[in-house]
Amino acid sequence: MFTRITRRGMLSAGALAAASTLVLTGCGGGEDALDEGGDDRSIVVGSADFTESQIIAAVYAEALNDADISAETRPAIGAREAYVGAVKDGSVSVVPDYSGNLLQYYDEVTAPLTEDEVMEYLPQNLPEEVEVLDASPAENKDALVVTRDTADEHELTSIEDLAAFCSEMTLGAPPEFQERSYGLPGLKSNYGCEPAEFSPINDAGGPLTVQALLDDTVQVADIFTTTPAIKQNDLVVLEDPENNFLPQHVLPLANKDALSQDARDVLNKVSAELTTDDLIALNDRVSGDEKASPEQAAKDWVADHDFS
Amino acid sequence: MNVLEQTWKWFADPASWTGAGGIWSRLVEHLGYSGLVLLIAAVIALPVGVLVGHRRSGGNVVVGVAGALRALPTLGLLTLFALWIGLGLTAPVLALVLLAIAPLLTGAYAGVSAVDPVVVDAARAQGLTEWQILTRVELPVAVPVIFGGIRNATLQVIATVTIMAYIDLGGLGRFLIDGLAVRDYSRMVASMILAAALALVLDAVLAGAQKLLSSPGLSKED
Repeated sequence: MFTRITRRGMLSAGALAAASTLVLTGCGGGEDALDEGGDDRSIVVGSADFTESQIIAAVYAEALNDADISAETRPAIGAREAYVGAVKDGSVSVVPDYSGNLLQYYDEVTAPLTEDEVMEYLPQNLPEEVEVLDASPAENKDALVVTRDTADEHELTSIEDLAAFCSEMTLGAPPEFQERSYGLPGLKSNYGCEPAEFSPINDAGGPLTVQALLDDTVQVADIFTTTPAIKQNDLVVLEDPENNFLPQHVLPLANKDALSQDARDVLNKVSAELTTDDLIALNDRVSGDEKASPEQAAKDWVADHDFS
Repeated sequence: MNVLEQTWKWFADPASWTGAGGIWSRLVEHLGYSGLVLLIAAVIALPVGVLVGHRRSGGNVVVGVAGALRALPTLGLLTLFALWIGLGLTAPVLALVLLAIAPLLTGAYAGVSAVDPVVVDAARAQGLTEWQILTRVELPVAVPVIFGGIRNATLQVIATVTIMAYIDLGGLGRFLIDGLAVRDYSRMVASMILAAALALVLDAVLAGAQKLLSSPGLSKED
């Protein structure tokens, strides 16, 4: 359950585990991928050290294979520092990433930014060896979530609606929410929402946070949009018209010399067809009761779409 | 500026000390949680340990149970209990009580069972009841070892109460967990320094209490 915590490169209680994973797996280089040359060399799809990244990487590889382009995965390279380096030096051809966090990694931007603005700034800020392909509508970002009962009672669909009731609510979120620009300060400046109480729960929107929401210990919580628990418990994700939370659309981050135009077309098609609901379903199959492998889940998703 | 200088600056800032999230209020919370945990653990563990030590049988069970409790990861227990019974004080207190029971239980058991059987038999021959043997002979002799267990448990609890901040509670761990969340390492170092200092102070206090409570006869051996 702790692997999700490192998704955004943030440290938390799982940091030690993540750090040791980084040490063990972070040195993925050393193979002379650049020396192989030629168009027929296999594409290496890397991924970060959390499950969703590994699933999307498997989807990329499966889709490429489906289009008769040879591709293999190199899962769990590490945190962004590690896999961006691998893409830069060409030992990894492409990795899935998230638009907002990738931009923040290179540029000290803060929300509110629209997705268009993020995609405009991103290419300008990337190192010259790498590029991003089309962003997918699929998105995994922080979002304020309430129970169906709360939403019905106050007729809530967006954070704007919530603003009037913030002062009677306890907000549950990871501790950094108290200080980061998208957290309490952003809610106050963008929506005039000041929760009565802040309840720091250090599991990155995981089971403890969901539980606190369900038993009404907190009335609104910060949970990632691709968390299967949102669907399972019929929770309501509040819209964010002011873009308080930085957009986090899934996109391929690639080495500029690693992909043929055909390969680019395939990955762009994957991005076009992948939705947030697909991501939730894929996450649920792999992290839920079924415990499907990322490869199997990816294979089934690719089989439902046509990339050949 | 390195982390230690930043930590020093944080300590020097009067704003760090006062208010609802300041050092003083976190310190009081930390002591409150620790006291509650130790009290509950002592009420459970000390009588059992003393009784088993007095009867001089069942020691294997005590050692086994204490060993098993020591192997439980407290953070894991906290998460598990919090999922079962929800957020709040109950889940972490339960997890920490399990942590504190092991040293208290073994201390009480080892202290009482280590009393020289010749002394106990002599007391019995004098016509003392079992209760009198326990309270007038065994317990006074066992005080240093029992206190060793209490001091051990106190150190462990003071250090581990920091994980209560993993969920929505206070204590000195708040600085650790919140600092980690925003990569403010100076606050994390401050949290550790405060917890370590608190543990040292309490250990000194308990050492003093132990001296006061120990029978004068015990300190004059050799």
